[in-house]
Amino acid sequence: MAAQRMTIAKALNAGLRRAMEKDPKVVLTGEDIGKLGGVFRITEHLQKDFGEDRVIDAPLAESGIMGTAIGMALRGYRPVVEIQFDGFVYPAFDQIVSQLAKLHSRTRGQIRVPVVVRIPMGGGIGAVEHHSESNEAYFAHTLGLKVVFCSNPTDAYWMIQQAIESDDPVIFFEPKRRYHERGEVDLDLAPTLDLYSARTVREGTDVTIACYGPMVKTCLDAAAVAADEGRSLEVIDLRSVSPLDIDALAGSVTKTGRLVVVHEASSFAGFGAEIAAEVTERCFHSLEAPVLRVTGWNAPYPPSKVEEHFLPDLDRILDGVDRSLAY
Amino acid sequence: MSDNDVADVTRGPVAGGVDHHESTLRSRARGPYDGGPDMIQLLDPEGQRVLHGGAEEYAHHVDALTPEDLRGFYRDLVLVRRFDLEATALQRQGELGLWVSLLGQEASQIGCGRAMRPQDHAFPGYREHGIAWCRGLDPMRLIAMYRGVDRCAWDPKEFGFHTYTIVIGNQLLLGTGYAMGVQRDGDVGTGDDERDTAVVAFMGDGATAQGDVNEAFVFAGVNDSPIVFFCQNNQWAISEPNERQMRSPIYKRADGFGFPGLRVDGNDVLATYAVTKEMMDRARAGQGPSLIEAWTYRMAAHTTSDDPTKYRFSAEVEMWKLRDPIARFKTWLAHEGIADGAFFAAIEAEADELASSVREATVTMPDPDVDEIFDHVYVEPHRQVEDDRAFLRAYADSFEDEGVA
Repeated sequence: MAAQRMTIAKALNAGLRRAMEKDPKVVLTGEDIGKLGGVFRITEHLQKDFGEDRVIDAPLAESGIMGTAIGMALRGYRPVVEIQFDGFVYPAFDQIVSQLAKLHSRTRGQIRVPVVVRIPMGGGIGAVEHHSESNEAYFAHTLGLKVVFCSNPTDAYWMIQQAIESDDPVIFFEPKRRYHERGEVDLDLAPTLDLYSARTVREGTDVTIACYGPMVKTCLDAAAVAADEGRSLEVIDLRSVSPLDIDALAGSVTKTGRLVVVHEASSFAGFGAEIAAEVTERCFHSLEAPVLRVTGWNAPYPPSKVEEHFLPDLDRILDGVDRSLAY
Repeated sequence: MSDNDVADVTRGPVAGGVDHHESTLRSRARGPYDGGPDMIQLLDPEGQRVLHGGAEEYAHHVDALTPEDLRGFYRDLVLVRRFDLEATALQRQGELGLWVSLLGQEASQIGCGRAMRPQDHAFPGYREHGIAWCRGLDPMRLIAMYRGVDRCAWDPKEFGFHTYTIVIGNQLLLGTGYAMGVQRDGDVGTGDDERDTAVVAFMGDGATAQGDVNEAFVFAGVNDSPIVFFCQNNQWAISEPNERQMRSPIYKRADGFGFPGLRVDGNDVLATYAVTKEMMDRARAGQGPSLIEAWTYRMAAHTTSDDPTKYRFSAEVEMWKLRDPIARFKTWLAHEGIADGAFFAAIEAEADELASSVREATVTMPDPDVDEIFDHVYVEPHRQVEDDRAFLRAYADSFEDEGVA
């Protein structure tokens, strides 16, 4: 089958379908994912094709969804949970941290909990409160979980399948504002990268930009503008924040000597702080400037009419690059 | 009697008898101590069979038991209590970091545990030592957790006995999800006794306040899942009595979730067995979930770290001693001629041997290797975990080089 042009949303749907076709133990559970196909239609038509036992319209209770998904995993299933919006995951947080992340180590590896938790994340869609959050740091801080982001249709299609095949629990963040952006996806060309490796999406020599999820496109746009201004940015899509592909990042920073980390979440105790610490330790003698962060402000997510002033954008990323180069 | 008497309860049970204090105790502010007219009881505290008040519906399960089965129940009750008392003593002597005593709740657990079939699965809290016993788990695996050398030293799949769960109520959702998996496997309602599977998930009275518990009721209810929610109402959630947790009886809540709820005398092993058997059979047959409230009492402290003299009267404990689950069962077995003095003596001797072997195995139990901190955090290796493992190894080796280690 030749490459197809499709959105991230369609690629996720196709990836879920393929995983369900390959393994009858894959079940989907979440709110409104069956008949409706999910509020973002990521699971559209899947209940019709795979039945109500495999695509479960669950009661509206996130801890219940998460806990029962873990229970099904203990019986040998591979549940994929849809959390409707980032800000709704907190009722499930206890089950994720106390059970999902720990059951494998608590039993000295005797049981596995291969649950994937899909979370549409991030802002930029003009939503009401609790619909625009970037809460990856909470999960990355919990050992026992793997935490990944897709940023484009090809990764969406393959990474969701890799996450489902993983025997570890995976928090799978989807960039909701990018759901309808299109790209070429070859449905048969298996990926060369594993789920946890970073990808250099644009090579450059002056400053390294580390990003993931919805910020990858923004960073690429910034790099294109920077190139017009004679600055060569290397953009790295981390793809996984736990584990962190520190070798890829350190390799790039050793080359450029400068790093700007970009994410939508606030900087304070955010994932960028972890990157800054790791890179400083490993690349201290290569660094020409401190690791800088371009992130959401240290404040709760604002009303949507001013969210464009909260989220990192092309200009703020270029400002970060300027500040790095000024050292 | 003084409040300090409460501390004595861990030393062992007191034989049953007529409670001449009961009428005055009942008039105390906490209200009636009995389980009310809906409580199913097959054996009263005097060791007499109860033949009415709901008992008649469940008696056939007891009638189907052989004398050997019944003697087995007695052995379970005595050995589990003895193991528990020994573990408490080991904690007091510094051999365990903590112990969570089941004293007083033996009949709730043995009756329930013996109603399970090999293919059934239990999702315990952290006090279900009697269920573990019925599932064939070596008690030392429980000791390992409370000694601090392991977290869950068994394979849940092997025993149909899942991890001890300390975060209150989490396990009810895991059990419900497991039961949903059983349904998807088609292992419900086939009529095959060796295939049809039910789950039993355990909680205490305090857990009924938790969101997870109520969500489990919702999920099991809407899915008609094969699960029995078994609540041991031991009257105390650490220091908080029932009236701080609820305004209506636990068993009555089931009605609001659309499945049956029953209260059973949790100190009557015949009743807990019969009622659990009925509800597990029902679940395996595909008739959905149920809630059993076993009316019992936590005779000891919440854990060895707790001091119940701060919040409850010794008179209450004394009153519950008169409802002791083992004493009444022993009386009945003897009266029915099912067991004799020689049998009881043999069980006591076996209990002594068990206690002795538990003590020996505990004090000689080795600490885990420090490197195990990093084992099984993930199935597939995780860069940051392995970096730390390597760092700690090198750090430890640096001391060995100096001849310190």
